[in-house]
Amino acid sequence: MASQTEIVRVASAPASSAPLWRGAWAIFSKEVRTEFRTRELLTTTAVFALMVVFLFSFSFDPTREESRRFGPGLLWIAILFAGTLMLEPSFLREQANETLAALRLAPIQPCAILVGKTMANFLFLAITEALLLPAFAVFYDVRLWPELPGILLALALGTLGIVVPGTIFAAVTAHARMREMLLPLLLFPVLISVLIPGTEATVALLADPPEWPSLWLKLLAGADVIYLVAAYLLFDSVLEE
Amino acid sequence: MPPTGMNRILWLVVKLAAALAMAATGYAIFFVAPDEQTMHAIQRIFYIHVASAWTAGVAFLVVALAGVLYLVKRQPRFDWLGVAAAETGVTFTSIVLITGPIWAKPIWGIWWTWDARLTLTFVLWLMYIAYLLLRSLVEDPQRRSVVCAVYGIFAFADVPLVYFSIQWWRTQHPQPVIGGGQGSGLDPTMWRVLLFTWAAVSLLFALMTRQRYRLEAARHETEVLRQELEDRKESPAAASRA
Amino acid sequence: MAGLGISFSDVEKRYGPVRALRPTTLDISPGEFVALLGPNGSGKTTLLRLASLLARPTSGAVRFRGPTGEQSQEAARGQLSLVAHATMLYDDLTAEENLQLFARLYGLHGSAAIVAERLAAAGLQERRHDLARTFSRGMRQRLTLARALLHGPGLLLLDEPTTGLDSAGCEWLAGELRRLHHAGCTILMSTHQGGEALSLATRTLWLEAGRVVRDVTPAFTPASPGAAN
Repeated sequence: MASQTEIVRVASAPASSAPLWRGAWAIFSKEVRTEFRTRELLTTTAVFALMVVFLFSFSFDPTREESRRFGPGLLWIAILFAGTLMLEPSFLREQANETLAALRLAPIQPCAILVGKTMANFLFLAITEALLLPAFAVFYDVRLWPELPGILLALALGTLGIVVPGTIFAAVTAHARMREMLLPLLLFPVLISVLIPGTEATVALLADPPEWPSLWLKLLAGADVIYLVAAYLLFDSVLEE
Repeated sequence: MPPTGMNRILWLVVKLAAALAMAATGYAIFFVAPDEQTMHAIQRIFYIHVASAWTAGVAFLVVALAGVLYLVKRQPRFDWLGVAAAETGVTFTSIVLITGPIWAKPIWGIWWTWDARLTLTFVLWLMYIAYLLLRSLVEDPQRRSVVCAVYGIFAFADVPLVYFSIQWWRTQHPQPVIGGGQGSGLDPTMWRVLLFTWAAVSLLFALMTRQRYRLEAARHETEVLRQELEDRKESPAAASRA
Repeated sequence: MAGLGISFSDVEKRYGPVRALRPTTLDISPGEFVALLGPNGSGKTTLLRLASLLARPTSGAVRFRGPTGEQSQEAARGQLSLVAHATMLYDDLTAEENLQLFARLYGLHGSAAIVAERLAAAGLQERRHDLARTFSRGMRQRLTLARALLHGPGLLLLDEPTTGLDSAGCEWLAGELRRLHHAGCTILMSTHQGGEALSLATRTLWLEAGRVVRDVTPAFTPASPGAAN
């Protein structure tokens, strides 16, 4: 075997001038590649979400009018539950071989780790929702098509509002005992501010006649901004030793 | 470490002031405040209910500020302040959640309603219970302090969002409001009693927080001493040179 | 090639009330090979994690210097490497993907060529499309070192790297370290196996209860070739 110890000086940029996206994109690609290879997270999350929606419709047996009233709330709860489950492994799977230390050693901003993982979690939750929406429309006999843009916008803003705090709290709970139960406990009260606007926006869009829920969408957007700023400022501290 | 001379006197004064103030408040609530026209006697619980709610709000602000100070300065005393304020905050939030139903049941016949204030209080209660759980479940002391500071700041930043969500939600779907809507015409005497109650409760809050803070400080001190003792046992020569 | 020098000025590390490292002042010149010996809990791992910038000191400062003078911590981060007991590899990525990830994180230009070269040097090019989880312990060790050397570090930190290795693995590692040392890389290694450390290192330090207690460099240790610079 040839020596691998010829030390070749290669040009590498120090962390301060390294754009955030370089590290974030590399980590995002890694997360996506790993997930699409095993697909274990996506499948279990999607099945769980479907199961929640199914159980709700089974135990309530709503009329058409009731569906329109309760449905959106149940949809968002299913997304919240599924999302929380999906977020838990974000940092746990880095513990197996201490790969998080390897990421932190690299000359990238610690924030890049947050951004990369948040983008990956967003993608995974979005895929779950894409599978969930048709099931929701069928089980609750709801016509989504006419107001689809609005619904997708509400879902996009809401999903971002779930994964940003979710990813940072996943990092927070990664070393705690009872971490599987602790993450939902931390997330759910905080995400009331996503659950209520998301549900109300969806109710408004599915109402007869439909109403554009500008207030609720603004609140969702505001939540996203506040979460992004807070996460950006706080994440470095969470990863420290 | 035990408080210095000046400090002890100061806090003794605070304790006396708090005791007097609480006694005076009791008097004020029952004898000074006028009788409310529809609810009569039971309405008097409102003073404790609202004063506790405001105090809890202040407590959680202190938790967030202590978190910021800890992350910036890394001094353990800010972490102690954070947990102390969180525990007293949860106590006062619990008082709000208990006095609410006590008030509601005779008036409206229901124990609970998801009105804006109670809902917000309940969510806050959950958030800070989660804070305390987080604290008890993280073992490494440094990580625990950092992580609690982060969560305390995040939770507080979320409060306005939760507040507006709940407010607008309730305007869409109104429910009976416990305690009258915001600013639903308070008699000036009532305002004075309320503010006085708040002052007294705040003194109590300061005392309780300080006690808890000192407990945490003492725990830390004990750990440091224990460490030093162990170091001495392990390598007496090295330790004495340290 | 110039190694990176590192110095600790009164560096202390506490985890809450627990003092993992007492105020320590230590200077390591570029090209030195320093071994750290001592019982568990003596502060070796803490010292290495502080050196790798994974941990922040409670007080004091860690400084780096290269051939052109003092280096900022940010610049130094791209020039150092840590090999610990854990492999720091992603089991669900192939050997090639693992190295490519780190090449991108380290901002290496021409990463495809560098990755191919390192895989060849580690003798892993036939297995480069296999998932890391299918590798044997010895192969993982080689891949770990390939990851660590990808960006050509001037400072290599090793925390008990021979744990779990059989004698062939230990010999191989010793050979790699010898070559790196001769090429001028600064090496700081903790070990519990006295024999290997003493034979390779230019300086050996004994730690106990969070402090460097004494220098136990044997008198016959040859001077480091790189230290003459």
